Amino acid sequence: MDFNLSTISFLSEKNFRPVDPEKVYDVVIIGGGPAGLTAAVYCMRKGVDTAVIVNHIGGQVAETSSIENYMGYRYVNGVELVEKFREQVQQFSIGYDEGNAVETIEDDGIKRVMLTDGRIMKGKTLIIASGKSWRKLGVPGEQRLTGKGVAYCTICDAPLFAGKKVVVVGGGNSGIEAAIDLAAVAREVVVVQLLEKLTADKILQDKLSGFNNVSFIFSSIVKEITGDEKVKSVVLENTGSHEISEVSTDGVFVEIGLDPNSGFAKGVVEMNKYGEIVVDSACRTGRDGIFAAGDVTTVPFKQIIIAGGEGAKAALSACEYLINKE
Amino acid sequence: MALFDAKIQQQLKDVLNNMKDEVQIINFTQEIECPMCRETRQFVEEIGSLSDKLKVKVYNFVTDREMSVKYRIDKIPAIVLLDKEGNDHGIRFFGLPGGYEINSFLGSIIELSGKREPIPEDIMKRIKAVDRDVHIQVFVGLGCPHCPAAVSTAHRLAMENSRIKADMIDASNFVPLSQKYNVTGVPKIVINDKFELMGAHPVNTFLDVIDRMKETSLNMA
Repeated sequence: MDFNLSTISFLSEKNFRPVDPEKVYDVVIIGGGPAGLTAAVYCMRKGVDTAVIVNHIGGQVAETSSIENYMGYRYVNGVELVEKFREQVQQFSIGYDEGNAVETIEDDGIKRVMLTDGRIMKGKTLIIASGKSWRKLGVPGEQRLTGKGVAYCTICDAPLFAGKKVVVVGGGNSGIEAAIDLAAVAREVVVVQLLEKLTADKILQDKLSGFNNVSFIFSSIVKEITGDEKVKSVVLENTGSHEISEVSTDGVFVEIGLDPNSGFAKGVVEMNKYGEIVVDSACRTGRDGIFAAGDVTTVPFKQIIIAGGEGAKAALSACEYLINKE
Repeated sequence: MALFDAKIQQQLKDVLNNMKDEVQIINFTQEIECPMCRETRQFVEEIGSLSDKLKVKVYNFVTDREMSVKYRIDKIPAIVLLDKEGNDHGIRFFGLPGGYEINSFLGSIIELSGKREPIPEDIMKRIKAVDRDVHIQVFVGLGCPHCPAAVSTAHRLAMENSRIKADMIDASNFVPLSQKYNVTGVPKIVINDKFELMGAHPVNTFLDVIDRMKETSLNMA
């Protein structure tokens, strides 16, 4: 039996304060992943008045089971690393809000951040570090059957498919990692891949080939997920022949990459065709006083260590901006 | 063999040092034909030995029937937490809270011992205003990093209002029950058998569902 104890959340002193909607902060940070939390530490150390708005603390990191490429740790699990991040932030009396999503932002000199619960937070500068979330297929049945067989978090939900048949959509790293986790518990795993071969790293493909309950369907897209109270099948179309086929299944794990959480900033900052916020090498967006960092931006390579570095850069840029403004 | 190695034992001791008052841990178990019962008993006994402020009692689900009925235990392994005066706030763990769930277990113990993070006044008002019986079941997986947050929120609601009761249920340990509620993703939160939430949610969302229940039942009346 394993115990994933996060001692930090119990032991360390918390200096967080609720975000004060009456106040105009020097910096408002949107996001509680590596970029946002690193930016928070840099801002507080610079002594600027900062608020950080966190939806899910840790973001993608909190859903990662093991991390082996973040310097200083040969191995660390995602939740543990997030706890370390949080501990480093909460030593400061920073304005902190957790659990609420951002609806829109506005910029009339003062940056206003509207939360879905109706509150508005204000800052002289804004750092957008809202990260990415799992991309949806966008096919009929997907949303209706989410939590009823359609799943996005393999480490959470794989055990519920013990002895069952599952379809994994996606042949990249996250798809093959999911297939490996599922092959260990499920009766049968079918990997559906858009391209004619897998794109996952060889080390992962080799690991998956050690299982004999895994099969592959290549050059295919998912057209529909069927089922009433729970998933019954996926309907596939071959990208070459356009032939339609149906695969019966108890579950569908969607692992087709990530989309930036940038919808709330539409029309305010420039984005590329993927919805990533365009930034320069100092994390500046085209809009005066608005900075962005990490996976939500155009910065190449989405990695924890890169997001952290970008968060630091965005914070220093914002602080520099504040000084020049005075 | 001990469940906790020396390192985790020390960490647990450090965490339990934060307790204010005593908490009673009541475990319902049985010797045979109960997956994880033996381990759960060992779990509560080992944790109990790490703090003077924890008092552990173990009952047999069948032969101590009086107690099973008193604490409304319908499945095992089960853990009930009581405050220092022995008051039952409706806090239950069904299955062994291992993996990530150890965090919600420790969190609930510390909060029940009297050391609680303050809740903003407007939210507290909403919690206190709940005036009907609410039963929250949170289905979890032990490998699910964001499940403990859902359990902690449900248990905190139970602590703050005696009409609210909250269960953690390890979905893999109670397969027929999970099938009954169609649990294929965790955390899955079932409120009064009818209303469902998927994923971890802030306390306001729980309260929104509870308020909506009120409207629905009024409409039905």
